[in-house]
Amino acid sequence: MIRLSEAHLQAVRDHGISEFPRECCGVLIGDLDDGTKTVTEVRPLPNTFTPSDEFERSAGPITSQNAGEPVGQERRYMVSPDTMFQLMLEERRTKRKVLGFYHSHPDHPARPSEYDRVWAMPWYSYIIVSILQGAPDALTCWVLSDDASEFESEPMEVYCNEN
Amino acid sequence: MPRVLIPTSLQQFAGGADELEASGSTIGAVLSDLMERHPNLKKQLYSDRGELRHFVNIYKGSEDSRSLLGMDTPISEDEELSIVPSIAGGVAAPTRPKIVLPDPISVIDDARAGAVEFSNEEILRYSRHLMLPEVNLEGQKKLRAARVLCIGAGGLGSPLAMYLAAAGIGTIGIVDFDVVDYTNLQRQIIHDTNDVGRLKMESARDTIADINPFVEVIGFEEMFTSQNAMSIAKDFDIIIDGTDNFPTRYLTNDVCVLLGKPNVYGSIFRFEGQASVFWAEHGPCYRCLYPEPPPPGLVPSCAEGGVLGVLPGIVGCLQANEAIKLILGVGNPLIGRLLLFNALKMQFRELRLQKDPSCPICGPNRTIHELIDYEEFCGIRGEETLPQEVEEGEEITVSQLKARMDRGEKLNVIDVREPHEFAIARIPGTKLIPLNQVEERSGEFDKNEEIILHCRSGKRSADALNRLKAKGFRKLKNLVGGITAWSDEIDPKVPKY
Repeated sequence: MIRLSEAHLQAVRDHGISEFPRECCGVLIGDLDDGTKTVTEVRPLPNTFTPSDEFERSAGPITSQNAGEPVGQERRYMVSPDTMFQLMLEERRTKRKVLGFYHSHPDHPARPSEYDRVWAMPWYSYIIVSILQGAPDALTCWVLSDDASEFESEPMEVYCNEN
Repeated sequence: MPRVLIPTSLQQFAGGADELEASGSTIGAVLSDLMERHPNLKKQLYSDRGELRHFVNIYKGSEDSRSLLGMDTPISEDEELSIVPSIAGGVAAPTRPKIVLPDPISVIDDARAGAVEFSNEEILRYSRHLMLPEVNLEGQKKLRAARVLCIGAGGLGSPLAMYLAAAGIGTIGIVDFDVVDYTNLQRQIIHDTNDVGRLKMESARDTIADINPFVEVIGFEEMFTSQNAMSIAKDFDIIIDGTDNFPTRYLTNDVCVLLGKPNVYGSIFRFEGQASVFWAEHGPCYRCLYPEPPPPGLVPSCAEGGVLGVLPGIVGCLQANEAIKLILGVGNPLIGRLLLFNALKMQFRELRLQKDPSCPICGPNRTIHELIDYEEFCGIRGEETLPQEVEEGEEITVSQLKARMDRGEKLNVIDVREPHEFAIARIPGTKLIPLNQVEERSGEFDKNEEIILHCRSGKRSADALNRLKAKGFRKLKNLVGGITAWSDEIDPKVPKY
């Protein structure tokens, strides 16, 4: 269960629109109380994905077998390890936690891909917003199952903005 | 003990702790100790094969261990490691367009191949080809009937001409007006030490005759130019581009387009190579890929930039391979594909090339109908004939310099070459300031003092002289002939390169 405001969801959609046709990404920061995640900030992060990330970090595709355009930011996002490290330092400093991440699927449904699953960390919430031809569509939230074999839908409790 | 910071997402596997301790003197040792203490964590961080999963990064302090010594990075008792996940994802893997490789094409028709007869000696020589169903006797006859023109007998031309000869290509044309030089031997393996000073074309002809006396070599001891290119190329089936300069590369392309012949292209630069087959009747041409040449001087030649000797061997062999396929009519030719090779990374990449509808020579509305002036097109007309001008009185010869040194004069001699050149050879008592730093470091000198500039041949130092003159320096002198002249006339112990 993750609690967040309509304004947070709108921020995710707006970021997805502004980055379209590239994938946007960002972090969900907030409080953890007895297992309930409450988002207090949605913060956009730079998408640092480059085709060589796929190559270097995942023993990725051999391009000569996959002639053609390499996959770019239209289909991939990455939060760089350095950014992630800074977020972890911030967690210790502020006691607010990284609760999860969001990203957009330009012209694709708001369902996690196999690629999302392979790269996912346990426990974090993953919000996906579908941006179809530049306009926001479905917005969903997911968390990795205990055995990491699949994503399970995570309920969102959307509270009013003044809360 | 070193501490290890655990990200929130993994704390549930670490008994809820955000920080753990483990012992060890390297990152790898600390991690294995940690995994022994917390087996649940191990399942999250390591693959079934026991390797750290690719999206797990380990930081020591604030540095990614990948930029240190990885798992071997030493760590002391009071240092801190962080387990930092890479967060990534994206939409479903794209359904890549199915790659349709071009169909085999043969430049030799059956009638020409049918006219070939082999002696028993040749049958034995080509035995390993004849046993390949893709070649067999019929294919070997096509090779024998084929006429292949190599533009250049240098780095690329060497291996490809040798393999074409060995493969039994009937006629190999070689265009080269150059003479074998010591600096060629590091990569141009068709020439050997005894050939230094000989015409490359003749040296190549002899090597080919040694490899396979059944090959006829037609030598053209001339530059490949707009004037002679069409008449040289017209009787060949395939043209192979083994050139090292842009004017000849565009010329070779245009000749092939105008004659409707395939251009087996290869190029090399330092550690990187490219290869493709440009054949306008079946795909894009070189101009579809590169409509304009780079500005002169932007891409250094092998002489300026250096090249790994084995690289032209690899790329030249790729070209020979493609030429042989085009003759046999087997496999998928490298048409519409640009192969990129990186010798350091040992990576082959492939780009798909499209025919450019606005191509000035192979497009429907082409504007080029005959060969043009390629030196002018590449903007280098004049550059070779008009080096940086140095005024009279701004030159000093090596013997004048030596005489002044011998008299014990205190001289400011600046060497404007690169540090790796300085390491090879230097004139004693000189100061190294590479050309691109000359202006910013000009403050190190008095504008009224005499400054003598030198480089390898005198060209770059003339450039430096003019740059310093623009900064207000008055007493500048350029050493004529550079360190090469110094080696020739003053001190032969200084190596030339």
